[in-house]
Amino acid sequence: MVNEGNDLQTRKERYILLFAVRRFCRLILTVLLISTIIFLVIRVIPGDPALVIAGIDATESDISAIRIKLGTDRSLPAQYIQWIWAILRFDFGRSMISGQPVSQLILERFPLTLTLALMGMMLSIFVAIPLGVISAVKRWSIWDYFGMVLSQVGMAIPSFWLGILLLLILSVKVKLFPLFGSGTIKHLILPAISLGIARAAVLLRLTRASMLEELSKEYVITARSKGLTERMVNYKHTLKNALLPVVTIAGIQLGYMLGGAIIIEQVFSLPGLGRLFLFGVYQRDFPLIQGGVMFVAFIFSFINFVVDMLYSFLNPKIRIS
Amino acid sequence: MDRFVDIKNLIKLFYDGGFLHRKRVATRAVDGVSFTITRDTIFGLVGESGCGKTSLARSVLYLDPPTAGEVWLDGTLLGRLSGKGMRSFRKRMQIVFQDPNSALDPKMRIQDNLAEGLINRRFSADERTGRIENLLDLVGIPPGHRSRFPHEFSGGQKQRIVIARALTMEPDFLILDEPVSNLDVSIQAQIINLLMDLKKKRSLTYLFISHDLNLVAYLSDHIAVMYQGKLMEMASTDEIMNHPCHPYTLKLFSSIPGRRITEPADDTGIDVSTDDKDRRQSTCCPYEGQCGCAIEKCKNGIPELMEIRDRHHVACFNT
Amino acid sequence: MVPEYGLLNIQDLDVSFRQEHRTTAHALRSVDLILSSGETHALVGESGSGKTVTATCIMGLLPTPPATVNRGQVFFKGKNLLNLSENEKRRLRGKEIGMIFQEPGKYLNPAYKIGEQIIETMMLHLRMNRSSAIKRALELLSLVGFNKNKRILNSYPHELSGGMKQRAMIAMAICCQPSLLIADEPTTALDVTLQLQILNLIHRLKDQFSIGVLFISHDLGVVKEIADKISVIYAGKIIESTTTNQLFENPRHPYTRLLMLSIPDAAKRGSRLRSIPGAVPDAEHIPSGCSFHPRCPLAEPDCRKSIPPTKTYGDNHTAACFLIGKKWIDLST
Repeated sequence: MVNEGNDLQTRKERYILLFAVRRFCRLILTVLLISTIIFLVIRVIPGDPALVIAGIDATESDISAIRIKLGTDRSLPAQYIQWIWAILRFDFGRSMISGQPVSQLILERFPLTLTLALMGMMLSIFVAIPLGVISAVKRWSIWDYFGMVLSQVGMAIPSFWLGILLLLILSVKVKLFPLFGSGTIKHLILPAISLGIARAAVLLRLTRASMLEELSKEYVITARSKGLTERMVNYKHTLKNALLPVVTIAGIQLGYMLGGAIIIEQVFSLPGLGRLFLFGVYQRDFPLIQGGVMFVAFIFSFINFVVDMLYSFLNPKIRIS
Repeated sequence: MDRFVDIKNLIKLFYDGGFLHRKRVATRAVDGVSFTITRDTIFGLVGESGCGKTSLARSVLYLDPPTAGEVWLDGTLLGRLSGKGMRSFRKRMQIVFQDPNSALDPKMRIQDNLAEGLINRRFSADERTGRIENLLDLVGIPPGHRSRFPHEFSGGQKQRIVIARALTMEPDFLILDEPVSNLDVSIQAQIINLLMDLKKKRSLTYLFISHDLNLVAYLSDHIAVMYQGKLMEMASTDEIMNHPCHPYTLKLFSSIPGRRITEPADDTGIDVSTDDKDRRQSTCCPYEGQCGCAIEKCKNGIPELMEIRDRHHVACFNT
Repeated sequence: MVPEYGLLNIQDLDVSFRQEHRTTAHALRSVDLILSSGETHALVGESGSGKTVTATCIMGLLPTPPATVNRGQVFFKGKNLLNLSENEKRRLRGKEIGMIFQEPGKYLNPAYKIGEQIIETMMLHLRMNRSSAIKRALELLSLVGFNKNKRILNSYPHELSGGMKQRAMIAMAICCQPSLLIADEPTTALDVTLQLQILNLIHRLKDQFSIGVLFISHDLGVVKEIADKISVIYAGKIIESTTTNQLFENPRHPYTRLLMLSIPDAAKRGSRLRSIPGAVPDAEHIPSGCSFHPRCPLAEPDCRKSIPPTKTYGDNHTAACFLIGKKWIDLST
């Protein structure tokens, strides 16, 4: 577009920057708030972790030693300050079980979870959105019915069931995919499919509904009256507006997946974040739980931030407010 | 002169922005408006969108209490009434809005829509039905239709029902905010005739708000022209039609399609975007930016409404 | 009348809509209309009278599952639009026939800049490349009255005021220099001071590019300002059609006469407005015979029995009423 470099252009850019900065501040604030809540909640859970760790035979001095190590002997405010300070340095302490630093444990498993989540997301988006658009554009046609049925089935099938089924057929019977373990992309394909189908079902529905709503709007009439091809009307004009709610939901879905798809990881025996946190909860691994929740919280907030920025790209009105 | 409705220096500000915003920006929706309405007359308020006429209407009725200023109705200062006092005083003043669809509850039958006010005044069920049927008959709706739902009526009929509802409280003062703008031309005349009949029958005083200059000129005894929260000119209808003084009034008159009396409107001010318009200056005449005959003085001060002829007020440095 | 006569020549257009519950709405009943280049022809009617359906039909945007064209032809530059394929119709839209709408806020895409919405049409129909299209768009924006055309080009619709949006929409509609412009109530949603500016603009552009303008409105005042010829439509039928001067000096159809009498203005102060009882019939329940007869003070028993034919009176003044010249009542009382 013609850029005059005039006063309006820089004003607009400043708006966008201000918008980004404000959203980012919100991100930081959210993370801090969540960390405070986590801190309080965990301290409220009945059960002294020091006792659990020490075991039944431990002496009083052992228990106190562990308490000192955990830091639970100090007063609440002191613990809080220690906590916040640790957060800022990404230090979540050490696992009670394995002794390794929690942040290291998380970082080790994050790439797998990330890959799995991204694969699941991509499958979901590339299946759901085009199908959803076609469903809406060719309403009541065979494509629409196909899409609707797919969506219903996808939502009804539990993902773990699908995972087991896929394993049975494609890993056991046909031996197309490995049964368990990790290490190559091949290991992640079936899990990604299991994860993705359920998400795709929801996105398909949403895309269809959103497209239908936008297609009934007046600017679509204008687009047609200009003699634009149906393709331009649907994909260029309508889709951009229809994607708004879809982007939001997709972001939330991605957030869930990044936090570790616990069930899928169990089914496929993948050493991902989900399993890590699950075991942490079983074993009352205090620092691991804390670290895990903080990590998920941060991921979610970050994704929200990205979604907000994407939103403002799709809907120019948001930039100014 | 019977000052039935007396508005003194009414101000209504709306605040925008808040936490983490640059600063709180106040929009001066109503910026120091004063006028008087005589009993049993129709006072017309003309202005274009955004001039503040609806905010004014809502402030006068205390639906949205004004930020400053006084509203007197029949000798009582509204601002000084207690909660209970205000509730009982509200019976005397009612409002009819532009869109009958949003004014009627679509889930309630017409008789229930009308009955709400009557229930509060503790009429028995029989009395209520009687009154409702009378009112419907008064506005030209067959009383037997009272158990129907709003969507079963046409736009014009719905507006009649809204008027009937305004009358259930037996008010003396009725504000009409663009009551016929959403209606077809042939229906508009019906509703206007109805309003005139009702005024006579029930001795009502009207504040009639519209952007349609023809309509306001037809109905009103007295007219005020509003622009960006302030009154620009105010006079009796005859006076203002024969001797319009304010440049904005002249522009409005000359813009009436099919009835041009001066040159075609010029194209000044078309690049004014919404951004610019909102940053209203409160140190100069609000019309200065668009005025064809602005002088130096107009940039430096706000003209007050001054009486230049008998009961003819104009806010302009140039007259 | 030779079909090739005039830029737009609608003959005997009859359109119905199949509704839910198996009822049929008879939206257009034998509509005739002729529009020439350089002329503004106004189509005046109240809501539900069929004005927008006419426009939609000309644009080829009638959804033909619920809608059926029972008979008639729409000749545009000699070709019957109703016989064209979807693709041929699409190629005419935006290029030969432009359209502007009532509420520009709703009819502009909020997600794209004004410039983009103008340029895409030119790039598609005129095969222009982006930079020439941008240049042309800037010229167009100046033409419709914008001083800061670059700024407008890069603005989003919500950043403009109502009047500005309408000007932008006009620029969009004429960017490929169409021969016909359909304006569907373009000034209804605007303030009165802006209305005149927009009307002047349309008038100026019409002269400059020799466009034929079909101006749809319910407002007789606006139409008086801009139209050369006026056709009054009621319940899907053209009940009167003539030049503007003729219509206002000598309205013949009772509906037209009553409509003019019912419009308030200062001159009528003190007297009661002449109103038309009842309401415009909806397209599903059109009265038999002359559709206006239930509301007409002149109505006679014959009016209920058959539809009055359109006859010509004087110089190019057509009207459809049995009683013109036969019965006169002073309607103003």
